[in-house]
Amino acid sequence: MAEGKGLGAHLGGHLRENGMLVALVAIVFFFTLVVRMTIDVDFLSAQNITNLFLQNSYVIIMALGMLLVIVAGHIDLSVGSVAAFTGAVAATLTVTLGWPVIAVIPAVLVVGGLIGAAQGYWVAYWRIPSFIVTLAGMLVFRGLTLWLLGGQNIGPFPKSFQALSTGFIPDLFMVGKPNVTALVVVAIAALILIWLGLRARQRDAEFGIEPEPTGLFWVRNLIVSAALIFVGYKLASFRGLPNVVVVLTILTVLYAFFTENTTAGRRIYALGGNEKAAKLSGINTNRLVFLCFVNMGVLASLAGMIVTARLNSATPKAGTGFELDVIAAVFIGGASMTGGSGKIIGVVVGALIMGVMNNGMSILGIGIDYQQVIKGLVLLAAVIFDVYNKNK
Amino acid sequence: MTVLLEMQGIGKSFPGVRALDQVNLTVEAGEIHAICGENGAGKSTLMKVLSGVYPVGSYDGEIRFDGAVLENRSIRDSEAKGIIIIHQELALVPLLSIAENVFIGNEIARKGVINWPAAFKKTEELLRKVGLNEAPGTLVGKLGVGKQQLIEIAKALAKDVRLLILDEPTAALQENDSQKLLDLMLELKAQGVTQIIISHKLNEISRVADRITVIRDGSTVSTIDRTEISEDRIIRDMVGRDMAHRYPDRVPNPGEVLLEVEGWNVWHPEQKDRQIIHNAGFHVRKGEIVGIAGLMGTGRTELAMSLFGRSYGRGHQGQVKMRGAVADVSTVEKAIAAGISYVTEDRKALGLILEEPILTNISLANLAGIALRGVLDKRREARVAEDYRKALAIRTPGVQQKVLNLSGGNQQKVVLSKWLFTDPQVLILDEPTRGIDVGAKYEIYTIMNDLAAQGRGVVMISSEMPELLGMCDRIYVMNEGRIVGELSRDEATQERIMAMILKTTGRAA
Repeated sequence: MAEGKGLGAHLGGHLRENGMLVALVAIVFFFTLVVRMTIDVDFLSAQNITNLFLQNSYVIIMALGMLLVIVAGHIDLSVGSVAAFTGAVAATLTVTLGWPVIAVIPAVLVVGGLIGAAQGYWVAYWRIPSFIVTLAGMLVFRGLTLWLLGGQNIGPFPKSFQALSTGFIPDLFMVGKPNVTALVVVAIAALILIWLGLRARQRDAEFGIEPEPTGLFWVRNLIVSAALIFVGYKLASFRGLPNVVVVLTILTVLYAFFTENTTAGRRIYALGGNEKAAKLSGINTNRLVFLCFVNMGVLASLAGMIVTARLNSATPKAGTGFELDVIAAVFIGGASMTGGSGKIIGVVVGALIMGVMNNGMSILGIGIDYQQVIKGLVLLAAVIFDVYNKNK
Repeated sequence: MTVLLEMQGIGKSFPGVRALDQVNLTVEAGEIHAICGENGAGKSTLMKVLSGVYPVGSYDGEIRFDGAVLENRSIRDSEAKGIIIIHQELALVPLLSIAENVFIGNEIARKGVINWPAAFKKTEELLRKVGLNEAPGTLVGKLGVGKQQLIEIAKALAKDVRLLILDEPTAALQENDSQKLLDLMLELKAQGVTQIIISHKLNEISRVADRITVIRDGSTVSTIDRTEISEDRIIRDMVGRDMAHRYPDRVPNPGEVLLEVEGWNVWHPEQKDRQIIHNAGFHVRKGEIVGIAGLMGTGRTELAMSLFGRSYGRGHQGQVKMRGAVADVSTVEKAIAAGISYVTEDRKALGLILEEPILTNISLANLAGIALRGVLDKRREARVAEDYRKALAIRTPGVQQKVLNLSGGNQQKVVLSKWLFTDPQVLILDEPTRGIDVGAKYEIYTIMNDLAAQGRGVVMISSEMPELLGMCDRIYVMNEGRIVGELSRDEATQERIMAMILKTTGRAA
């Protein structure tokens, strides 16, 4: 079976993974075309690409944590409120109390972790449905945000805090424009991706897994690399690599590694796949659930700081509805509602799909009414596509 | 006496299994007819055929009810004819009242609007009939199992029952509740309700039944009249089969004692004062295969699971020793570390992650064995899985297959691989051959023999007595949460085991 069953069969078997990527590319092309035709603006301009990342970074960051929560068979509705609250804490510490930024960031991350622990405790050890616990958390932390801010906005922040969101990596090669650092980093990233892909193929061959057809492998990798280099080039010609993109990339790689290559990651999937079997295999399922929520809290607080830095002020309304974008991204990315499956890379692509649509529709001036309808339908379609594939 | 029900030449097949073959059953109007048989003999399947769970056309043979051919397409059809079955697991809604439960699906209503006063009045009447002194508005969840059983009967009476089938009605009941239920059955008989009772409690059967039909391996063995009923006769008919399959040869070579359990007591996880395991004690030697015999629901699984990291019950008392030293088995992780493995009875719900491939299932209980400082070595994982695939002959295109796609026998081998990879000294196998075809059974037996030959201790829990007799060096007999006897390979016979169980039923203090 070395030759495999051919391209069609392979695509059928891996429809989901490739389908998401194709969908993302298609959506980007669609907006590029339509934006050009209707209002004669470059959708893929350097500034807009930078914006895209800045606008969606917090969704992606929280989606990484949400994937773990959902894989474990739970849900966290409180992330938007937690992000708002931790943003308010950051503002209070920095602006009102005058703490140095270097102390504020770890302190806020700890606050996020504690919030996650407080919610995870009830879910994991008292078996209170996460939907309820985090629905309560959603209300509680929204209320606490209002209380802490006294209904006011708090800002502005020192430059060093704003750099969390709007900062850029300076060009180490001192060229300025184009930003050589950005180009080099992106090129290296593309090479690493291809190298990892080749290694995985080799391993698959060793295990006797039917490999992806060689042609398809290269087509896919060339498209991804080209997209990466294109984005890098655009960023380089603008202001360089945004700090947020660096943080995002590092987190994505870290979480992808964690979920696929560590015992703890594996155990979370086992727990979501069959909790009783996992328990009877000696896995401390309660503690894992607890830690998933702690992790979610930390990531929500990171996202909260990034949002606050971007707006340059903490506002009572920050983060409203984030939880829905985040959860939608995870499900568009292919996670299962019942737990036990879903991939980091899928979640990132899912979040990007949502982000590109938000951005594109806003540029086109489509009203918020239609935007919501369309996003809702996309979510529904993605999940129907999943279920259909599974039952086939 | 006129014949009410006549089932003739009933046969029913499931993929790979002939569950019923040429079963004949005749029930006369107004009698209480008992059906006896071992676990898996086909009693419940037969009742499902009768009650329309398996619709007409999905079985062979003919059913005549009240002189006419009965062709049920669903349970509704059979209920319309007055055939009502009360299953072992009660089908009541705990959060609804007695009255609501009694008339569920059969509401006294006009155009969808329920006439509650009438329903309550009728419920009161029915409750009086079954001898239950509770208000119709009481929530069912507040009542004990015995009373719930009576409500099931009231529910049946509300439907103008002509043939009432009770599937092991006293299995979950305390002694005095059982007696009450049996009295009620006799009373209903006096009122002309024909009844079928499925049970293997011989003292109960001889008290209420007019005739007994014994089923074995999916066929009718005999129908005995009340006057001829004797425990010996029933036992002989129930177990008197030839050894249906053969067992691989083995020369037992038991060594030192590996696992020793003393004074083990466990209570029900929710009902605090209900003791499930009473003062159990047993031991397993190196290279020994030890059986635990008993009927379903006698606490064998609960015993095993409570020993394995307290996965069942609460208030555990007693001592567990491994190689003479006291072992800590308070969590699954510690039990595994102490050298104990437990292969669950229900492999789909408790043993496997069905959506995951074979290799991740095999590594699950010993992830440390394929990881270095928390990072998985996936090559190693695949190699380990591949080794077990060959050693246990798991038939699959590759270890990347989801276990969902495997047959029962191969799934069981995956579970066994998972536990072998933890390198246990003692393996507790709970119904290791349930739902597995004959050929695969033989393979599982061979694996068990190999494990014993490697110097491990094997505990085999099984409801199939021939299997225990064919495989085990010693057999403990369990009944009602107690170990009521121990038989060596030479002493053990099916009759002896059955006798031990039946003679201690309802008689232990």
